[in-house]
Amino acid sequence: MSYFDIIFYLFAIITVASAFIVVTTRNIVYSAYSLLLTLFGISGIYVLLGADFLAVVQIMVYVGGILILLLFGVMLTNKITSVDIRTGAVHLLPAAISSGVLLGILWAVMTWTDWKTYDAQIPSTTIFGLGKILITNYVLIFELLAILLLVALIGAASIARREESEENN
Amino acid sequence: MHVGLTHFLVVSAILFTLGIYGIVTRKNAVMVLMGIELILNAANINFVAFARYGNFGLSGQVIALFIIILAAAEAAIALAIVLNIYKTFSNVNVDEIDKLKE
Repeated sequence: MSYFDIIFYLFAIITVASAFIVVTTRNIVYSAYSLLLTLFGISGIYVLLGADFLAVVQIMVYVGGILILLLFGVMLTNKITSVDIRTGAVHLLPAAISSGVLLGILWAVMTWTDWKTYDAQIPSTTIFGLGKILITNYVLIFELLAILLLVALIGAASIARREESEENN
Repeated sequence: MHVGLTHFLVVSAILFTLGIYGIVTRKNAVMVLMGIELILNAANINFVAFARYGNFGLSGQVIALFIIILAAAEAAIALAIVLNIYKTFSNVNVDEIDKLKE
């Protein structure tokens, strides 16, 4: 076993175990913090796959942005003072069985398919190539996503703001 | 066993299944959002793994980047909606909210 394999198994175990905690623990704050560990593990997997810029983006956007948003959501929508932070679960057994079957099917497909793999030559840094491809081949999607982010920002602020009539009451 | 494309795909399949399990079992809307994030990350691992082993250049990584951006926008909008629902109904359990207005 090379170092690559050992590090891969380490990150895979971190990712899968913490993702399991995310979906099974009753305490929603615990699952938010486990999601942090999952995202870090996935970032390590990106590094192993030669996607260095993507790993940094993963940490900055997911851990720095989305997870903070989720924690805000958890904290603002639970009655912290009355310690009602546990969350209910429904249909545990059918969900476990059906997702187990789904996992089995996916696993079989992923393992038995004869993927054509080439030993691609990933450059030592992907930032130059990514920047070039973003403003040549994918420039339209890039600009559309910029507009989408602006619209999402304005929309989120407009949805979440307090109504005028509520403030008067 | 030498780590290849299949190992990454299996990790992503496990993450995807856990995300589905989280979405269908939890009541809290924020937990459902966390399940969606798990699923998006599983898709991202697939894209990057195929970009690495499939000789497709950097396109897979660019698409993974786009998915991360979309996930950020989705999380912002969805949490705004969740906060609004909480203001209106005082809970965020997805099995109890069956009206759009109070």
